[in-house]
Parts: sequence; C-alpha cells; structure tokens
Amino acid sequence: MTFLAKLRSSSLGPMLWKEFLQMRRDRFVLAMLMGIPALQLLLFGFAVRTEVRHLPTVVLDQANTSESRALVQMLVNTQNFDVIARVHGRDDMEKHLADNSALAAVVIAPDFTRNLKRGRPGTAQVIVDGSDPLTASAAISGASLAARAGASRFSDGVSPPPAIDIRVRPRNNPGLKSQVFVVPGLVAILLTLTMVAITAMSIVREREKGTLEQLIVTPIGKIDVILGKILPFVGVGYVQMTVVLLLGHLVFHVPLRGSILLLYVITFAFIVSVLGMGLLISTLVKTQTQAMQLSIFLLLPSILLSGFMFPRAAMPRVVELIGYLLPVTYYLEILRGILLKGVGIADLWRETVALSAFGLVLVLVSVKRFAKTLE
Amino acid sequence: MSGPEAVGVAVETRGLRKEFGKLVAVHGLDLTIHRGEVFGLLGPNGSGKTTTIRMLCGLLQPTSGDATVVGFNVRTQSEEIRKNIGYMSQRFGLYDDLTVRENLKFYSSIYGVRGPTAASRWEEQLTDFKLQERADQMAGTLSGGWKQRLALACATAHRPQMLFLDEPTAGVDPAARRLFWQIIYTMARSGTTILVTTHYMDEADRCERLAFMSRGKLLGVGTGAEIMKQFDQPSVEDVFIELQRRDEGASV
Repeated sequence: MTFLAKLRSSSLGPMLWKEFLQMRRDRFVLAMLMGIPALQLLLFGFAVRTEVRHLPTVVLDQANTSESRALVQMLVNTQNFDVIARVHGRDDMEKHLADNSALAAVVIAPDFTRNLKRGRPGTAQVIVDGSDPLTASAAISGASLAARAGASRFSDGVSPPPAIDIRVRPRNNPGLKSQVFVVPGLVAILLTLTMVAITAMSIVREREKGTLEQLIVTPIGKIDVILGKILPFVGVGYVQMTVVLLLGHLVFHVPLRGSILLLYVITFAFIVSVLGMGLLISTLVKTQTQAMQLSIFLLLPSILLSGFMFPRAAMPRVVELIGYLLPVTYYLEILRGILLKGVGIADLWRETVALSAFGLVLVLVSVKRFAKTLE
Repeated sequence: MSGPEAVGVAVETRGLRKEFGKLVAVHGLDLTIHRGEVFGLLGPNGSGKTTTIRMLCGLLQPTSGDATVVGFNVRTQSEEIRKNIGYMSQRFGLYDDLTVRENLKFYSSIYGVRGPTAASRWEEQLTDFKLQERADQMAGTLSGGWKQRLALACATAHRPQMLFLDEPTAGVDPAARRLFWQIIYTMARSGTTILVTTHYMDEADRCERLAFMSRGKLLGVGTGAEIMKQFDQPSVEDVFIELQRRDEGASV
C-alpha cells in the first residue's frame, strides 16, 4: 500500500473530526482554553513572597586583598550567598550567570582596598538575576547586611568608619516585578494541569461510557485511536500557551526577549511529556474522579517543587533533587531563559535534552500501556 | 465471497478454549452457526458468553482451539473479521455529545463508509432505522429504544456479513424491542448472520436456534423445541432456571 492510500484508508481523519466536535461542545475545555489562563494570571500575578537564602554565587575579586576576601566572607555569613566559584574575568562570570549555575555574582573593584585606606568608600557590586524578584530581594538584603558589617570591621575606631558601597544590579527585570517572573512559569503549570487532567479524563470517559469498547471492535487502528486522542490536545496546549503569553505581555509587560520560535519548538517536547503523563494516568484509574485526583496529586509537586513558586536554590538538597524528576522543572528554566534572559539553545541545551528524554520515555511507556488496555 | 458463502457456514469453532490464569472461562467449545441464521447464545452471568463473543470478534486470543468467522481465522485474520462484522453491546457505545447523525457518520466512516457515496448511505440508514426525525438531536438525550436503534445503525452501516449483539435490549421498552427485532429479521432475511446473547426469554423464542452455556461449557444446541426436549422442561425459560439452579448448586 502506498503512503497516500494508507492515509486515505486510515481512520485518523474521522477520529480527529469527532474529537474536535466534542471539544467544541465541551464548555469545560473551552473554559480551560481561555478562562482559566486569565484567572490564573490574576491569581499568580500577585504571588506569595518567601525568604530566599543560599544563592549560588560566583566571585570576581579584582582587588584580591585580605579586605576584599573579608568582604566576601561577610556576604557568605549573611547566608544569602553561597560561593560556588571564584572567576577571573567578566566572560567567565557571564557564562555562569547565563547557564544558571550561578544566580548572583559579586564583583569587587581593583581599587577596593586602596579606596578604603584613603577613607573613600570601597565599592563592590552584586549582580543578580532579577527575573526572580525573590532571588533579587535576597541579594539586596544580604548585600546591605554585609555592607554594615564591613563598615564596622574595617573601622580603625578613631576616624569615622569607612563606607562600604555594595550596589545591587538586578538584571533582566530591573523593576523586580514578580509578575514578570511568574507569568512564564504559569505557561508550564497551565499546560501541566490541562494536558494531564483533560487527556486522562477524556480517555477514561470513553472507557466509562463504553465507546472505547465499541471502538476496539471496529477496524480502527490503535495508533489512530491514540493519535486521535492526543493530537487535538497538542493544539489546545499551544493555544493556551499563546493566550497566557499574550495576556502576560499586554497586561503585565512580561518581556519576550528570546526566540519565540525556539520556545514553541521546545514546548512540543514538554507537551508530549505531559500528554504522556495524562495517558499513563488513564491506564491506571477506572473513573474520571480518580483521574482528576491523580492529576492534582501530580500537579502539586509541579507547583511547589519545580521552582514555579519557590526558588529551587533555597530548597533542601533532597527536595531539590525531587524537582529533577519533573519535566516542568526543565521547562521552567527554558521559559524563563528564553523569555526573560533572551538566551538561546546554547545555554538551554541541557534542559532541552532532559525534556526530550522525558517526553520520549513517557510517551513510549504510556502508549504501550494504553495499547494493552485496548486489547 | 466464494468459500464461506458456498458452504453456508458463518461461524465454526473447534475446541475453542480460554483461560484467565487458573480460571477456565470457556472449555473447548464446538459450535457451528449457519449463514443468515438468528442464533441465540443463552446462559447465566459468568457462563462464558461474552468471552466467547470476544474471541469470535478477534478481541481475545483463544488459549487453545480454533475458530473461523465469516471465513476468516480468529487467530490470524482478526482485522479482516472486524471489517466484516458489526458489534453492539448493552452499553451501546454512543457518544452522548454527538448528534444521531454525527454518531452514525463517525462509526460508519471508521468502517470505511466514506467518500462521495457515503452521505446517501447515511441518510438511507437513518430512514431504515426510523431515526430521521431525531437526526440532529444529541445522542445523550435519547431514550433507551432510540439509543438502541442508533447503536444498531452505527454497527451496520457498512453492511456487515455478521452481527454480534451482546444483551442488546437491556433497559428498552417492549414497543421499541419489537421494532428492534423487526429490523433484525429484515437483516437476517437479506443474508446477515446474527449472534445474540440475552436474558430475556421472549427474545430467546425469537431465535431460530439456541445454544445454552453454563460454566464455560456448551450444554445443548438446537431449536427451542429440541432444547426443551433435551432438558425435559416445559419452556426455554424453565431450561434456563434449571441450569442456573444446577450452577448455584455446584458452587455451594
């Protein structure tokens, strides 16, 4: 059979036609598409603030004196910074910031000690990724604490204490608006919620109603059933994402700095991952209620542990590691990287590879399990 | 259709057996169903009727034994079988949020009723099954009898050679049931073989031949009169009750 003849005799066409008809009539799906993104935007637009500590930090100490080293130690003592590396040039520092191995950088000017000794303010700079306002505010409070401590430390007790001037420069989001940080993450959370819950429920509903049994006795191929169930939701996912990004951009002025095309391409890997989860859930449960409960059970860690709400740098090690088991963790980095920092695939390839691996494994496992239930 | 049509055999099973782990659902079944016959498969719940139908439709692989359905082997040609049969269960398997016409369109196009001639076939089917006045109503809002006729229309738009009906009249009022059987007889007269499982004795009476199953075994095959004679009972219903009684006696 030629490919065209195969395509013509395939039941994918009727299957897709049916799915779209049902979707158009399902108010819940329509609400999911438009209403819930808008609602979530408003809710999370004013996200909860939490304390952040232990930002991974690189140090560019151009003075390299006992005083400058003492200053770094004071920053570390505030517990808001963890020095992960000492770098020797701006390029090196930028690299750490771009690939997220560091969230903050401390730069101490070459004349730091000289200025101090002449009674002038010693200057240092803390550069922080302002795309996460929580991280940035932690850096600010840490820096001012260290500056006060430094002032008394370097004082000789006779002349007025020298000033330590630590300037914090939040990058990417100078205004430190939390919406800018939250909105891109909302794309990931919404996709997780919709894809997992709606996919699982739409399949379980067919099983509950007996239509899946009816389909199985027809000559329709398993692949057509699976694709027919999955493909429309890929479209739903992209529509949702577009709605959130557009609203976020127009209402909250969330920047779209990097390549939107790249984002849409990588998003496919994420959508496939979450669809796989939905399909997997449908094979594990019997009723729509169970499907919904299991979806929510999966959604909670996605919200709490992925870095959507709380920066992962501030989490205990074990909890942070659990985050690596969630596709949404990688997708968040990608969303924020592309939208807020404007970085490209060169800085995001690790996340992209991880996400694609998740997608592939999830889809293979779930399709295999689902095909079994069709027998 | 050459071979099977010539011999006039729609279903032939030899030692058809199905085990689920330790449970033997069907013990070596030997059964022949003729073309154009309305054949009733009777037995209490759990007697192996549904498992048998599932094997014949190519949905379940037999553990041992063999069977052909409309000339195709259930082990090796299940796809051919699915194209040439229709199946309707008591759950009807309709999409509540699609209209009558849309349900018909969807199922028949899966069976390959597509292209330029399809539309007229759909309308013909709506007329034949007296569904026209409700064609644009959502299937979910139909009453039992209408749902049943729609389900049958969906399962037969591709003019299958054989039709499997698994307890098709549960929850349907008598008038609708009569209309349903009129359609079944019309199909049988035009050569469609019908295999129906049922609990209703008046329906068993409508079948040309009956097979009684109990605990996965075939206990008797024949016309209603032959069966009554075999079990020495005044009616098919009494045969049924007697079998059920033996079943329960055996399990205590």
